[in-house]
Amino acid sequence: MIHKFSMNGINIVLDVYSGAVHVVDDIVYSMLDHYDATSMEATIHRLKDRYLMEQLKEAYNEIKTLQEEGLLFTDDPYTEYIDFWDKQSVVKALCLHVAHDCNLRCKYCFASAGSFEGKRGLMSSDIGKKAIDFVIANSGRRRNIEIDFFGGEPLMNFDVVRDIVEYAKEQGIRHGKVFRFTITTNGLLLNDEIKDYINENMSNVVLSLDGTREVNDAMRVRMDGRGCYDDIVPKFIDIAESRGQDNYYVRGTFTRKNLDFAKDVLHLADLGFKQTSVEPVVAPEHEEYALRKEDLPVLFKEYEKLAVEYITRRKKNKGFNFFHFMLDLTQGPCVAKRLSGCGSGHEYLAVTPEGDIYPCHQFVGNKEFKMGNVMEGKLDSNIQKLFQKSNVYTKEKCRDCWAKFYCSGGCPANAYQFNKDINEPYFIGCELEKKRVECALMIKAALLLE
Amino acid sequence: MKHIKTINYATLKESASHGGCGECQTSCQSACKTSCTVANQKCEK
Repeated sequence: MIHKFSMNGINIVLDVYSGAVHVVDDIVYSMLDHYDATSMEATIHRLKDRYLMEQLKEAYNEIKTLQEEGLLFTDDPYTEYIDFWDKQSVVKALCLHVAHDCNLRCKYCFASAGSFEGKRGLMSSDIGKKAIDFVIANSGRRRNIEIDFFGGEPLMNFDVVRDIVEYAKEQGIRHGKVFRFTITTNGLLLNDEIKDYINENMSNVVLSLDGTREVNDAMRVRMDGRGCYDDIVPKFIDIAESRGQDNYYVRGTFTRKNLDFAKDVLHLADLGFKQTSVEPVVAPEHEEYALRKEDLPVLFKEYEKLAVEYITRRKKNKGFNFFHFMLDLTQGPCVAKRLSGCGSGHEYLAVTPEGDIYPCHQFVGNKEFKMGNVMEGKLDSNIQKLFQKSNVYTKEKCRDCWAKFYCSGGCPANAYQFNKDINEPYFIGCELEKKRVECALMIKAALLLE
Repeated sequence: MKHIKTINYATLKESASHGGCGECQTSCQSACKTSCTVANQKCEK
């Protein structure tokens, strides 16, 4: 299977199963639609009025050479692999909901302003430590373990965050595990002491900010309705600088109210942030800020616009990273990871303040998906198997999709939210992901062709 | 080649023979939390 597209004046061809990427001229681009490996004559016949015979023969031979080298029209070599898909996965990451409470009332919050449809509450140190014991006991021979402190707003319970980090470090030494910590914060409670602790202990910090003051403060508001931009931006700039502009993301959400979100990404870059991520809101269709199918053409153009400016800034040595445009073609994840996806429900689990375990942070509060409690230490094996068995080949819509090795079948939580089935991907999410992958490939090509 | 410039070779297919150690980061932990991009994760090997 191949996927070809043209963007920003560059013709790009992706050979889906090998992972090879080619930049081609117009002759090859047209010829690929009619290419017949068994007949040069039949292939070039259709184009003979548009190009010189000599050029057509050259182009044909180049395509044939790449096909013979396994870099074009490669067959799917992974179906065999999938026949033996009986992964015995281990738990390698936990999202700890240390606070089911928040000091903001963001209008699009999937966590019901921190409560996750349940009662507000903070995780105790005891529950947090049990979660660490649980992940150590269930991580098998896996050495690297990740803990993300999430909420609500985790800084509302930072003493417990500290207790958990110190305990995990201690236990890690005892059990031969390396813990890596991350934290996601809205920044309101960030101060020098917390910043120093985060910088000493956390491998990544996610800072929530949507873009311009106007856009951010329309959605990210306090209980009295005031926005938070002016308070958090100086703190975020400070912490990003203190981390050497690396190992953090300033992360925003765009909605139907700012379909022109490229300006918000560029605003973050203009503020000096080098690591950015601005993502589409995932919201029930009835919400006025939810993205709709008819918004897709506008959003596609917006991603393209951002991609072109991204290249321009790179070339001027004023580049920045945009999470969804970062594609490592050579050292990226192996195909095993690309087939299985995010690992939710088996490798990656979320833990509530009460110690209840869910497949991921987005399933929290949905009792059907409660998998157990860290105090008991057991997991519902039916739910675990449901997620474990899910891969790009169990998803009908992914099987024939060219982008399946880039998104790994999409977000199971989004799939469930919209289609009540973790194997039935969320349409708008898929379309946006495909566009982002195209933009990322185009950026790679443009910079390499320099 | 005159008409085609290959900017990436068969890295995906090659990874099938040596990948799968599972030591890499869980994708949702990095930044997304709402949408899924796996291809931008780093390999730990």
